[in-house]
Amino acid sequence: MFESLDALMLARLQFAFTVSFHFIFPAFSIGLASYLMVLEGLWLKTGSGVYANLFRYWLKIFAVAFAMGVVSGIVMSYQFGTNWSVFSDKAGPVIGPLMAYEVLTAFFLEAGFLGVMLFGINKVGRKLHFAATCMVALGTFISAFWILSVNSWMQTPTGYEIGANGQFLPGPSWWAIIFNPSFPYRLVHTVIAAYLTTAFVVGAVGAWHLLRDRANPGARKMFSMAMWMAALVAPVQIFAGDMHGLNTLEHQPAKVMAMEGHYQSHPDGAPLILFGIPNSAEKRVDYALEIPMASSLILKHDPNAPLAGLDTVPEDRQPPVGTVFWAFRIMVGIGFAMLGLGLWSLAARVRRKLYDWPWLHRAAILMGPAGFVAVIAGWVTTEVGRQPWTVYGLLRTAHSAAPLDAPAVAASLLAFIIVYFSVFGAGTFYILKLMGKPPEPHEDPVPVHGPVRTAGITPAPAIEGGEV
Amino acid sequence: MIDLTIVWAGIIAFAVAAYVVMDGFDLGIGILFPRFRVGAERDMAMNSIAPVWDGNETWLVMGGGGLLAAFPLAYAIVLPALYAPLIAMLLGLVFRGVAFEFRWRDPAHRRFWDFAFSAGSIVATLAQGIVLGALLQGITVEGRAYAGGWWEWLSPFSIATGVSLVIGYALLGACWLIWKTHGALHDQARAMARFLLPALLVAIAVISAWTPFLEGRYYQRWFEWPGVLASAQMPLLVALTGFLAWRAIGKGRDWSPFVLTLLLFGLSMIGLAISIWPDVIPGRISIWEAAAPERSQVFMLIGAGIMVPIILAYTIWAYWVFRGKVDETGYH
Ligand code: HDD
Ligand code: HEM
Ligand code: HEM
Repeated sequence: MFESLDALMLARLQFAFTVSFHFIFPAFSIGLASYLMVLEGLWLKTGSGVYANLFRYWLKIFAVAFAMGVVSGIVMSYQFGTNWSVFSDKAGPVIGPLMAYEVLTAFFLEAGFLGVMLFGINKVGRKLHFAATCMVALGTFISAFWILSVNSWMQTPTGYEIGANGQFLPGPSWWAIIFNPSFPYRLVHTVIAAYLTTAFVVGAVGAWHLLRDRANPGARKMFSMAMWMAALVAPVQIFAGDMHGLNTLEHQPAKVMAMEGHYQSHPDGAPLILFGIPNSAEKRVDYALEIPMASSLILKHDPNAPLAGLDTVPEDRQPPVGTVFWAFRIMVGIGFAMLGLGLWSLAARVRRKLYDWPWLHRAAILMGPAGFVAVIAGWVTTEVGRQPWTVYGLLRTAHSAAPLDAPAVAASLLAFIIVYFSVFGAGTFYILKLMGKPPEPHEDPVPVHGPVRTAGITPAPAIEGGEV
Repeated sequence: MIDLTIVWAGIIAFAVAAYVVMDGFDLGIGILFPRFRVGAERDMAMNSIAPVWDGNETWLVMGGGGLLAAFPLAYAIVLPALYAPLIAMLLGLVFRGVAFEFRWRDPAHRRFWDFAFSAGSIVATLAQGIVLGALLQGITVEGRAYAGGWWEWLSPFSIATGVSLVIGYALLGACWLIWKTHGALHDQARAMARFLLPALLVAIAVISAWTPFLEGRYYQRWFEWPGVLASAQMPLLVALTGFLAWRAIGKGRDWSPFVLTLLLFGLSMIGLAISIWPDVIPGRISIWEAAAPERSQVFMLIGAGIMVPIILAYTIWAYWVFRGKVDETGYH
């Protein structure tokens, strides 16, 4: 098995590993920044202490998550050059400017106002502080906008010309590059995914504390807010995902064939394979559990419509089926589980039992990490499903890599694995520790006047504990 | 007609300079960190940079991302060539970046995160210095790709530039603390600066004397007409600035040691520019060979023209919010 671990495969593994880790943090902080903005806004408007407490509670967690997002992101911005230098040379004139816009309009905005958001509340006054929070939240969204535009252009390239030296050059209109065909779908689907991810984390934390103290006002408030998100946004996400899939069928049909497990064409109505084991050697799905005609119904809105399979795609242009097939099912399964929890919470709300059903709370805790799993599964579907291309149909992954020796890439991959698991493992542990403390119902709603520490909250004496 | 390629070379140079000015001092504080006493002093040093480090580091992303956008060929050659030091720098930045939060979250392991903060800062700085040295000494290029091995960057010269940068950033960090703190930490920073400043001047002298002998090109630049004009001025200017900085530190001035140290960095960077211009990869690829097409340059120039002034404005505002001295209990 190891003979397949050449420099190219190692570089792919390294990119997949570092970007998957990176994305975990933005998936949480895009949503959390907006949640903090809402909490602070409600606090400004109502003056109610419970919002102030929740704001400060989640701000500490945000600070830790954001730091991890930043450092893992800086790694990403150099990975294109270190490991995908041929790709960078060829596609740089098109995607480089988009990423430069991300730095100019998003990263500086986030980073510039983050300091004031975390430490400045006693220095600038509440309104200005709220403005800083809004800027950070806006920055996270703009960041998603540009990077997803880049990624979408690689999936569905438009608006380019090919130069004499083989470079992709921008055509006359940047609009055609930025708003390439898959971008609107991917942007909507991913940003909603970030909101859902955050909502389920907030909901799980609320549920955890409700199980211990049903009367805790902070826990009640956050659980209720999170469950509204689940009930209202999960169905929107399923709809958006469906639209996204139709768009993919139009532009990257081979990816959809892999997602559906359609090795063979179905001239008169394709079945929807719910589960099964893709068997690429025999070109069939073993033990398939199918709904006849349903796939044609979903994808073509006609049960009898013909649907092409991977047998129509040359062997060297097919993505690996197994990974795509399973990753897609995990994501969709979680999407429906999220919808289920949202509906359950609505039922509890109607009966005025939202805070009184322990099984609802236990289910919400179980679903806490679901967003992260779905988000990663979704990206694996997207990225593995577009193989063997980096720029779809135009530049092969095998022709994109840097001229590096396998040992160099192997060593760096190993270093990333060790460092990421230990450092981000510790960070996750600290976040869980912060979440384990209940939101203090009696905390002074007016922010601290005394010593302010890193996240603006921890008083110095609490951590001074002598020589450490 | 303005040559956009030159404009973009200027913008990238500006981003790199901004990075050195801003992240230099906070990496420097990381380098000096083990020498501060555990407790109030370390907390104060950390608090003096906690609100700004993320913004400072963003200039590094701007430098890298800007290079990809404006000079994609240079990005594609330089990054694989400097693979090992760049990966080391990134990992170093991971450790020091998270330490800002983690050390407060986990008192039981604070010693470990303090170590991670400091070791990460040292590794990142050393790697940046090595990157500079490796670029100056030249890298092997064939066609549109890097063609050297994966140890090519390592040489006595690149180690020397690495160590020099560690000294330089440490001095910036010390001067920042002279400015932003008082009491014992202020005094300690002054003592450090009095040691680091001469060390930096020696390092600048060594690197300057070494560089012309790396490549025929640099020698001509510095010792033949008209370059010799600049060569004659540079040592004088450096010596003068060094002397003023020494006096300012000795007299216990607040902000002038920091500004004068920055001036030393500025002079060194001008010297570099004289050596390298008009190449992006010294001696190999000129800025025009590596430049992105005009449509990319124009599109980005619009963005940079609008955004950079706005960025500078709110960055200055953020520094203004946290103006004045910090003390051990943090910001009030
Ligand atoms: C800006 C571009 C971009 C963005 C936003 C992403 N990717 Fe990607 N991805 C690439 C650009 C890319 C790439 C550079 O084009 C790679 C490298 C090799 C390849 O095939 O495509 C890639 C490969 C790649 C692979 C390996 C596929 C394979 O080898 O079969 C995985 C699993 C992911 N990515 C996962 C992700 C995840 C989880 C992302 C969520 C953040 C993500 N990608 C965002
Ligand atoms: C290969 C792709 C990517 C690269 C090169 C990249 C690069 C970066 C960089 C350099 C930073 C640090 C910015 C700073 O210094 O403040 C960062 C942070 C961030 N990135 Fe990424 N990123 C990638 C993928 C993504 C994706 C897919 C998203 C969202 C859809 C995203 C959203 C964010 C956000 C919101 C932040 C702010 C920090 C945080 O929220 O954790 N990034 N990224
Ligand atoms: C039943 C519900 C869902 C459907 C039908 C669906 C559909 C899809 C499809 C077809 C893709 C691949 C897009 C491509 O080919 O490029 C995708 C990607 C993705 N999905 Fe979903 N999805 C669903 C639920 C979810 C949920 C619940 C989340 C997260 C909370 C999520 C997060 C993502 C992400 C992050 C991607 C990658 C980015 C993108 O291409 O948009 N999805 N989804």
